[in-house]
Amino acid sequence: MKRMSFAQSIESALAQAMAEDERIIIMGEDVQMIRVNLFSRFGKERVLNMPISEAAFVGAAVSAAMSGLKPVVEIMLVDFIGVAMDAIFNHAAKVARFSGEDWNVPLVIRTACGGGYGDGGQHEQSLWGWLAHIPGLSVLAPSTPADAGGLMLTAIEHDGPVIYFEHKLLSDYWLDYLGGSSRKTVEFDVPSEGAYGFVPKKWEAIPMGQAVSRRDGKDITIISVAVGVHRSIEAADVLEKKGIYATVLDLRSISPLDKDRVCESVSRTGRLLVVDEDYKNFGLSGELAALVKEAGVFFKFARVCTDDTIPYARGLEDQTLPNTEKIVSTALRLMERTNSK
Amino acid sequence: MGPDLFDLYRWMLRSRLFEQAVIQLWDDGKISGEMHLGIGEEAIAAGIVGQIQHGDALALDHRGTPPLIMRGVDPTLILLEFLGHSEGLCAGMGGHMHLFSRQHLAASSGIVGASAPTAVGFALSAKYLRPGSISVAFFGEGAVNQGMTMESFNLAASWKLPVLFICKDNEWAITTLSSSVTSGSLIERARSFGMNVGEVDGSDVLAVWDATKSAIEQARKGDGPSYLHMQCYRPQGHFLGDPLIRIAKHPVKGMKELAGPLAKSVTKIKGSSMGQRAGSLKSVSALLRKTMKSQLFKEKDPLELLRQKIKSDKERIRRVEKEVNEEIQQAVDRALQMAAKQARRNSL
Repeated sequence: MKRMSFAQSIESALAQAMAEDERIIIMGEDVQMIRVNLFSRFGKERVLNMPISEAAFVGAAVSAAMSGLKPVVEIMLVDFIGVAMDAIFNHAAKVARFSGEDWNVPLVIRTACGGGYGDGGQHEQSLWGWLAHIPGLSVLAPSTPADAGGLMLTAIEHDGPVIYFEHKLLSDYWLDYLGGSSRKTVEFDVPSEGAYGFVPKKWEAIPMGQAVSRRDGKDITIISVAVGVHRSIEAADVLEKKGIYATVLDLRSISPLDKDRVCESVSRTGRLLVVDEDYKNFGLSGELAALVKEAGVFFKFARVCTDDTIPYARGLEDQTLPNTEKIVSTALRLMERTNSK
Repeated sequence: MGPDLFDLYRWMLRSRLFEQAVIQLWDDGKISGEMHLGIGEEAIAAGIVGQIQHGDALALDHRGTPPLIMRGVDPTLILLEFLGHSEGLCAGMGGHMHLFSRQHLAASSGIVGASAPTAVGFALSAKYLRPGSISVAFFGEGAVNQGMTMESFNLAASWKLPVLFICKDNEWAITTLSSSVTSGSLIERARSFGMNVGEVDGSDVLAVWDATKSAIEQARKGDGPSYLHMQCYRPQGHFLGDPLIRIAKHPVKGMKELAGPLAKSVTKIKGSSMGQRAGSLKSVSALLRKTMKSQLFKEKDPLELLRQKIKSDKERIRRVEKEVNEEIQQAVDRALQMAAKQARRNSL
């Protein structure tokens, strides 16, 4: 075991995989700068700078993956994915089905997501629910350095297209570039356990679709991903002081969802609170409620999600994104509702 | 009739001083996120926006401040927006990358290339609803590799829409040198759509004015779109805090941060050939050299170039500079006071 930052973990796992498999290439805007360590080690044939042409280079990554390469293609921020969406949801996601499961697209789409640094509603979205909506896409969002590296390897080894989310609050260099954290005059609410932590000596893939419990409690199940997991753990600390014991499940994988784990926990606690930085409507939170309901589990439900376009103003942004206070107050209401029944 | 040089100087200076104040506010932590400045693009904005009339529309990119200032949007409103104030231009909701002024038909986007289709739609409605009005799309040379930009060229040209496509070529697509990822000539690319094209020194406001004048006349007459390619500079890098600029400004400290991990990566056992690795290092240092050079901005500074042209009237220059200084200072003071008041209210 050694300690590493979230960003170093992703890079370290990528380097390990790239050293072992020459078919892995990185494609994206600015990658020779942003991934300068990989560029200097693996050269320009493996780390390919792209023009600002997402529709073309993601489309090309799809067919490159179909024909033998293993591209890790970068959409700098997931907000920019709209331009490349056709290649992703009409092509990458469908080739395996269309070919009668004969032809795979072993493609990783790496993309930064999330808010908390005042960049406005076109640069801070999460959108994993939107992508997980599409059959044929796997969607991963790690919350710790150990998972960041392990899941990167999972994504690379998977034989279908995987969207790999990297939350900007957990990756120091993104906060530097986009949040201007080189200034001593700004502060961000970075979850320390997510940004830095123990990692294995050699990276190994984590089985896809496995949620992990970050905390066990009998009263309520809080489910989240990425930064939301850390906000949920903080909330669970506060709740514990009030005599309420929460389980915090970190999904890690939005698609596939760990249905068994989710249902098992909710059937034990009888209460489900979803904390989702992605939008509330038609998304992960509703999906979780539906699948537990479909499993025949009786439970109380509430959610803390992003309801609307994320405002630029820091104060308004903090009110819009899920935060610890909101999680605590929603959990308390959920407890009351159940008790008064 | 040509433009009044002192008017142009006043507008460009307003924009420059405004953005210099923004640098300070960003450094002070009062402005969040990616702050992209238009310092170096003032001649382009002034030479074009100076000829814009009521009913014309502006499609702006992530460097939208100079055109908005020159279009007459109150600098205090823009600053309040940057400060995230509820009385800002967009109620604190949009921020510096997403500035909108319905009154001026001006819309921005942080998505590279998005200004081109936006201008096409503005021009389409102008054709129906405001004959004689035009739209202008501002974008960088990096955006011309975006499919939607080229698709917009085709739409505008085949429908003969009154659009001015203004390519501000600062040679950088974020931190990638555009020449390394762009084929052919962008001017020829645009010409092949059947548009009128022009190449302009974007640091020379009079050259911008002249080239734009005939393109605007043509658009207003219904003779279709133009593409004007304007060379310019970005001395502040892609955005404030740009790591390349940081290294260029403090090479010893910056290189230390970069060189440690680099040396480690280059010498790892598995990887590409040593020749390839040396190539990588060479290309990184080429980027840094290019960035260092961009710091020698003065001789290309559009404001300085215009000042040289009008310097004989020292008294008038002094007066303009004094007035603009006071105006921007007042806007900053007012915005900061209002922001402090709101912060106090919020903390109660």
